[in-house]
Amino acid sequence: MTRYFTEDHEWIEVDGDSATVGITDYAQSQLGDIVFAEVPATGATLKKGGDAAVVESVKAASDVYAPVSGTVIEGNGALEGDPALVNNDPEGEGWFFKITLSDTSELDSLMDAAAYKAFVDGL
Amino acid sequence: MRQPASVAATLERTDMSEEDEFELEPIEILELPLDAWHRDKGARMVEFAGYHMPIQYEGIMTEHIWTRENAGLFDVSHMGQLMLTGDGAAEALEVMVPGDISALKEGRMRYSLLLDEDGGVLDDMMITAVPMGLYVVVNGAVKWDDMGYLREHLPDEITINHMDDRALLALQGPKAVDALKRVVSGVDALYFMEAGSFFWGPKTDPEPLWISRSGYTGEDGFEISVPAAHAKALADQICAQPEVKPIGLGARDSLRLEAGLPLYGHDMNPDIDPVEASAAFAVSKRRRAEGGFFGSDRILNALANGPARKLVGLSVDGKMPVREGAPVFAGDTHVGVITSGGFAPSVGAPIAMGYIDAGHNATGSTLEAEVRGKRVSVTVSSLPFIPHHYHRKGAHT
Repeated sequence: MTRYFTEDHEWIEVDGDSATVGITDYAQSQLGDIVFAEVPATGATLKKGGDAAVVESVKAASDVYAPVSGTVIEGNGALEGDPALVNNDPEGEGWFFKITLSDTSELDSLMDAAAYKAFVDGL
Repeated sequence: MRQPASVAATLERTDMSEEDEFELEPIEILELPLDAWHRDKGARMVEFAGYHMPIQYEGIMTEHIWTRENAGLFDVSHMGQLMLTGDGAAEALEVMVPGDISALKEGRMRYSLLLDEDGGVLDDMMITAVPMGLYVVVNGAVKWDDMGYLREHLPDEITINHMDDRALLALQGPKAVDALKRVVSGVDALYFMEAGSFFWGPKTDPEPLWISRSGYTGEDGFEISVPAAHAKALADQICAQPEVKPIGLGARDSLRLEAGLPLYGHDMNPDIDPVEASAAFAVSKRRRAEGGFFGSDRILNALANGPARKLVGLSVDGKMPVREGAPVFAGDTHVGVITSGGFAPSVGAPIAMGYIDAGHNATGSTLEAEVRGKRVSVTVSSLPFIPHHYHRKGAHT
C-alpha cells in the first residue's frame, strides 16, 4: 500500500485499484477543532480536484477535494457522531471516504510523504 | 483544502495587489503592543482589522470553555480608544447617537450606536463619562472611519484624542474578579457597566489604569486600558494568576455569539437601523420623546410600528453549522439571511443570528437555512443562547 498527498492537504492510501482518503495531520492542526464532517454518498462519482467532502472547524467550512477520480465505495459514518476523530486520528480512524480509482495514472501527479513534508515545511 | 468561497476571494486579492503596485501604497499590517507576547505564548496570528492578532493559543474550544468556567485574558488593543473633551461634548455627540449621553454620571458607561444621517448603524461603541469628558471605545475595523465621521460632525471646540499609546485588555469569566483584585486592588467594588481609575504597580511609582466592569462574552469581567509601554508587564501579572489563560479572537467570537452580542460589520452595517438590529434598548427614553438625532424619524417609526426585519437568534437542527451569508426560507419564500453562525462550544450545537423579515421572526418560528444547496431546519430563539452572568448592582449573586 502506498500513501500519496496533495497540495490541498488530502492524503490517499492506495491498495490495488481502491483507496482511502482523508485530510493530513497538518490540515487538522491548522483547522483546529473539527465540529462537523460531511462525507460523500456510496456510489457518488468523484472527479480529481472536484468537491468530495466538507470539513468544518469552529471557525470555518472547508472543502475536501478528490485527490483522484473514482467511485465512492464508502463514506466514514463514524465522523457524523464523532467529528473530532479528524483531530485525534486524521491519518487513521478519521478517514473521510474510500473510492475505486478510475484512472491510476492520476496518482503520478501526487506527492509522496517526503515531498509532502518538504511542501509543508515550505509553507 | 481551500475555503468554499476562497477561490473568488483569492482572485479578488490578486487583482487588488496588482492595482496596488501602480496606484496605492502597500497596506501595512500593523503590530499591536503585545505582538511578541502573543507569539511567545504560542498564538497563531492572523490579520484582523489591519493588525496581526492572535486567533488562538491552545484551541478555540478549550479556550472558550476555559473562559466560561475560569477567566480568559483577551488583547483587544486593535479597538479605538477615543477621548472626547470640550464643553458640551455629550450634547454634541447625541446628534449622532440615540442614547442619553448627557445624563451619564461620571464612572458610568452605556452601549450606544454611531448613526449615519439616515439612522443606519456606522458602529457600535461603549461610551463612559470620565472626569475629562467622554471615553469612547469603538471597533478596530472601522475606527479610522469613525474618527473622520466624528470630526466632520462634532463642533470644532470638541477635541477628539485617539489614545493610540494605550493598549486594551479584557479579562472575562466567572473568576476574573478573583484574579484581577489580586493584581489591582479595589476593582471588585465596581458593578457591571461602571468604570474608574485604579492604581497598579509599586506603591512608590503606581500606574493609573482605567478599568471598567464590562465585556463581550456574557460573563462577568473587566476591560483595562493601560499605557502600551506597561501592557506586557500587566498581561504577565494577570496571566500569572492561576485562574487566567490567554484567549484568542476565535473564542472571543464564539463566546459573544452565545451571549447574543452582535459583531459590527456582520450583524450590523449602515443599511441597518438600531431597531432592526434589536438594539432598541440603546434608544433612550428621553431621546425617544425628543427625537432630533440622525435618522430619528425612521427609528421612531420603526419603534412605533415594528421593524420590517429584525436581528434574531436561531437554534439549528442537527450538527451542521449554518454560517454568515446563508439564505433563510419559510417554504419557498426567502425571508432572511444569516449574519453570524457557527458551532457553540457551551451549547454543544450550532447556533446563528440573522435578519428575518417581519411575520417570520417571532420566537419559536421554524424556518429553513440553505447550506451548500441543502435545507437545514432552524428555529427563532430568544437571545442570549447562554445566560449572561453580569455583576449587576442590586442583584443577588
